[in-house]
Amino acid sequence: MKERLLEIKKEAEEALHAASADLEALRIKYLGKKGELTAVVRGMGALSPEERPAMGALANEVRSYIEGEITRLKQEYEARAKENKLREERLDVTMPASLPAVGGRHPLAKTQRDMEDIFLGMGFSIVDGPEVELDYYNFQALNMPEGHPARDTQDTFYITDNILLRSQTSGVQIRTMEKKKPPIRIISPGRVYRSDEVDATHSPLFHQVEGLVVDRGITMGDLRGTLLVFAKGLFGSETRIRFRPHHFPYTEPSAEVDVSCFACGGKGCRLCKNEGWIEVLGCGMVHPNVLRGCDIDPDEYSGFAFGIGIERVAMLKYHIDDMRLLYENDLRFLSQF
Amino acid sequence: MKLSYRWCEDFTKVSDIDPKHFADRMTDTGSKVECFETLAADIENVVVAKILKIEPHPDSDHLLICQMDCGEGSPRQIITGAQNVFEGAIVPAAKAPASLPGGVKIKSGKLRGLPSDGMLCSIGELGLTSHDMPGNDNSGICILGEEFADKVGVDIREALLLSDVVFDYEITPNRPDCLSVIGLAKEAAVTFDRPYHIPEPKDEKVGDGDDVSNYIRVDIEAPDLCPRYCAKAVKNVKIAPSPLWMRMRLRALGVRPINNIVDITNYVMLEYGQPMHAFDYKCLDGAHIHVRRAHDGELYRSLDINAEDTPLTSSMLVIADDNKPVALAGVMGGANSEITENTATVIFESANFEGVSVRRTAKAMGIRTESSGRFEKGMDPENAMPALMRACELVRLLGAGDVVDGVIDEYPGRRPVRTVKFEPDRINAFLGVHLSREYMEETLRKLSFGVEGDTVTVPSWRGDVECMNDLAEEVIRMYGYNEVETTLPTIKMAEGGRTPRQDFDEKLHSLLCGMGLWEAATFSFIGPRSYDAIRLPADSPKRNSVVIRNPLGEDTSVMRTTALPSILEVLEHNKNHKNESAAMYEIATVYIPTSPDTLPNEKRALFIASYGVGDFYKMKGIAERVLMFAGIKGYKTKTVTDDPSYHPGRCAALTLGEETLAVLGELHPDVAAAYGLTGSVLAAEIDIDRVFELRDTHHEFRHLPKYPSTYRDFSFVCSEELEAGKIEDVCTEAGGKLVESAVVFDVYRGIQIGVGKKSVSIRVTLRAEDRTLTDEEADKTTEKMLRALSDKLRIALRDR
Repeated sequence: MKERLLEIKKEAEEALHAASADLEALRIKYLGKKGELTAVVRGMGALSPEERPAMGALANEVRSYIEGEITRLKQEYEARAKENKLREERLDVTMPASLPAVGGRHPLAKTQRDMEDIFLGMGFSIVDGPEVELDYYNFQALNMPEGHPARDTQDTFYITDNILLRSQTSGVQIRTMEKKKPPIRIISPGRVYRSDEVDATHSPLFHQVEGLVVDRGITMGDLRGTLLVFAKGLFGSETRIRFRPHHFPYTEPSAEVDVSCFACGGKGCRLCKNEGWIEVLGCGMVHPNVLRGCDIDPDEYSGFAFGIGIERVAMLKYHIDDMRLLYENDLRFLSQF
Repeated sequence: MKLSYRWCEDFTKVSDIDPKHFADRMTDTGSKVECFETLAADIENVVVAKILKIEPHPDSDHLLICQMDCGEGSPRQIITGAQNVFEGAIVPAAKAPASLPGGVKIKSGKLRGLPSDGMLCSIGELGLTSHDMPGNDNSGICILGEEFADKVGVDIREALLLSDVVFDYEITPNRPDCLSVIGLAKEAAVTFDRPYHIPEPKDEKVGDGDDVSNYIRVDIEAPDLCPRYCAKAVKNVKIAPSPLWMRMRLRALGVRPINNIVDITNYVMLEYGQPMHAFDYKCLDGAHIHVRRAHDGELYRSLDINAEDTPLTSSMLVIADDNKPVALAGVMGGANSEITENTATVIFESANFEGVSVRRTAKAMGIRTESSGRFEKGMDPENAMPALMRACELVRLLGAGDVVDGVIDEYPGRRPVRTVKFEPDRINAFLGVHLSREYMEETLRKLSFGVEGDTVTVPSWRGDVECMNDLAEEVIRMYGYNEVETTLPTIKMAEGGRTPRQDFDEKLHSLLCGMGLWEAATFSFIGPRSYDAIRLPADSPKRNSVVIRNPLGEDTSVMRTTALPSILEVLEHNKNHKNESAAMYEIATVYIPTSPDTLPNEKRALFIASYGVGDFYKMKGIAERVLMFAGIKGYKTKTVTDDPSYHPGRCAALTLGEETLAVLGELHPDVAAAYGLTGSVLAAEIDIDRVFELRDTHHEFRHLPKYPSTYRDFSFVCSEELEAGKIEDVCTEAGGKLVESAVVFDVYRGIQIGVGKKSVSIRVTLRAEDRTLTDEEADKTTEKMLRALSDKLRIALRDR
């Protein structure tokens, strides 16, 4: 019997380690109810009581050997199978990604947001107003009485004698000053209209951000300081500003403001036409007639106002060379920003 | 307005200053230089020369061999093809190597085998015209005349006074006084702190007993439009070209020389800024000049070459004799009194006209002249007389005629001298600087202001200076805008930041972009035909738009009441440019008219449109997402069959109660076709103003469900006509509060279902808050649903 047990063990060992062993079949063959080892163990009843413990031990050893091997090999097979399966599941990760569809904001909107954020950071509010506006708010209240050359219909779209498409967002400033007493700190972004034919640098509709600050003791230095913060925020912290005297009916003194070229830092390049400076803003100290018209005493209060074209800034920032692109809304254009 | 160094020199010495520096500093002090040009800079090595000898070229029948005295000691041989040369002629000669305008280089060379050391020049080759050099034209060599005989060898730029630097200024409308050489010369002098002197033109009496009153008298019949009218008479006029120096000064400032009398009026206008008019005395009917409003329909023909008889209106001011207008006041002279070669007696007019009236007249007549451009901005009446005297001085200087004694000066509109309170402390506080009172006084005085104690007297030509701010500007522009230290306002804290609506819009933009939509920016005005393109019926209230009175064109003539055409044009553009698909949106302002005298309602609406991507349900999903984003609950989908812009079978409205918040669907194929689009084009319009108002962004936490849900799937066969939404609604209603959701998840059509029928599968999810539902409970609920479906919709479970 001992020989038979050892023979079984040897047989089983060979069978188990054969290349294509069917582990379940072998388990049944050796360990099953009708298995070979079971058959041997069953025959142990014929042994003498002295022999039985030794044979029993040997039989157990063989059984546990076979059992152990089957378990071990099963795990090994499974691990290999899993590995093979994973290997088969390999993807060509260099294939193009499936991008989720996303859209995006218009470059003008992005530029406007950038500007708004700078002023919001300085405690300004954003105020909207009507685009179809009364002559009073667009002109008269801004110290442009009837007959003023800037009111010429060749510049402004009229609806009636008294109603027009605003040519600037300044009317919002007047409406604000009528409603609210100083301190006032607002910007008014929005669409404005001038009757210019469409070309690479003109459009009958464009966008502006105008700003207004009114309080006691507001100085021209404050105007310069505020615009410097704005210019640095918009064009980079190295930006410098340059004021040039100018004339606007609603401010006095008035200035045009250049910023140092953000492409070349002021050394002169194509963007700044070798000037080192780029004109971007108009501004000035609010004219006393404008304050008075809003029932704000110019002897007590002073203020400044400024305006900047969003198209101009967007075109400068993104190096867009034709204004028409902004209104064509070609996806090949919009998806660049 | 232009300024040349040569002319400026008459009043102040600045021509030693580098032109770039000059331009920059003038810009800094408020006279913006747009650009400057060094005249004749491209002419090199061209001199005045005398033709000593002319021989025919042996190998040519038209070339001439000239021996030239170019002031070099020995003659220079130059071969020319021009036939107007003669021995002894004084001509401009380019000595090789030489340069001419337009980058032309003259080198030594051989012409038909014989050497030629340069070129004889025509006026054109020197960049001149026959107006600049009367008696010459481009067909031959420029003949300079005997007065240049002593200039042989002299550089032609000096001999013809060509070299100069010309600055082109952008003068702001508040400074019409700077539309003059004198005005700019003064600004330049103060800018560079140099002295200036403006000579006073002298009026020399002849004493021959003749007087202007023997010629004309003037009546200002419309003093509101003509504050002042000055005039002088000149007799024995000899019309001739004006001298070289005057021609070249006019040329440098961009004015074409004509003849001595016309040139004098132009010269004075440029020098003094005062528009002048000269008319032929013999053309006047009677001796009486009336400055009056035109009669309605009265005909007038300007002296412009192409002018025709044009009817006038009574709002226009004319200068008239007893019978007819001879000039449109301040705009242009009339053809009937123009200076001609035969003019013997001239009346010089130097007047002041009211700006608004001149501007309106010029605009109505479609004539804009140097004169009208100046009067529009408001001229100084005080300037009229000195300018007139200067014109007469020039007449004497040029020998153009005999100035008649006496002057006409009708001055009904004399203005009081203006004073402004001088408040140095306030100016400092206002500007944020610390300038001394003395500095301010000195600066103002240099700029011709009078300062007497606390009173500043404003010069007559500075109508723009009215208050403290204006004085502050005068001081600071000379001190330097950029010298003002930058500070930040010290201001009380105030509520800043975005309003709830602005914040809502910003977040909505993010949502829309995140759903794959691109923001478009389109014009607010459209053409009425766009309403046809989107099939609005003739009586649609949406066609009632705010109309622009002076539009650029028909297609931009009304303010849109819908941005659907705008967004479809965007699709059209993208389609035309071969973009495979496009999904666009715009939060657009639309303009809803109220009454003719009041402002329209400006509403914001969201417009979405796409082609080549997604389907109806995707667009519905986008619209629903917008409502969900706003926290709007309980909205319903309604079938819309009568929206003219949409496919009658593929259009829906999202409604809340009776109110429509969104309309969406596939475009009507005719609308798509109008924009060159085919296939499924989708669009949605969402009333964002209402969505904002109805928004519910209050989020209250609800406990997560403690008990599991269970679901049942059912399939029904029903008529095609039955809407899935109805089945959902009936289930939800019948199932009561246990129904968590009832959603159609599949629709199947096929032969086995039958024609005109469909199989609809719905999943009903049930949950109780306080317990796990038993199968019994679930079945009971679904039984109720099935019964309701059978009763209300006459549908039953599909046979298994």
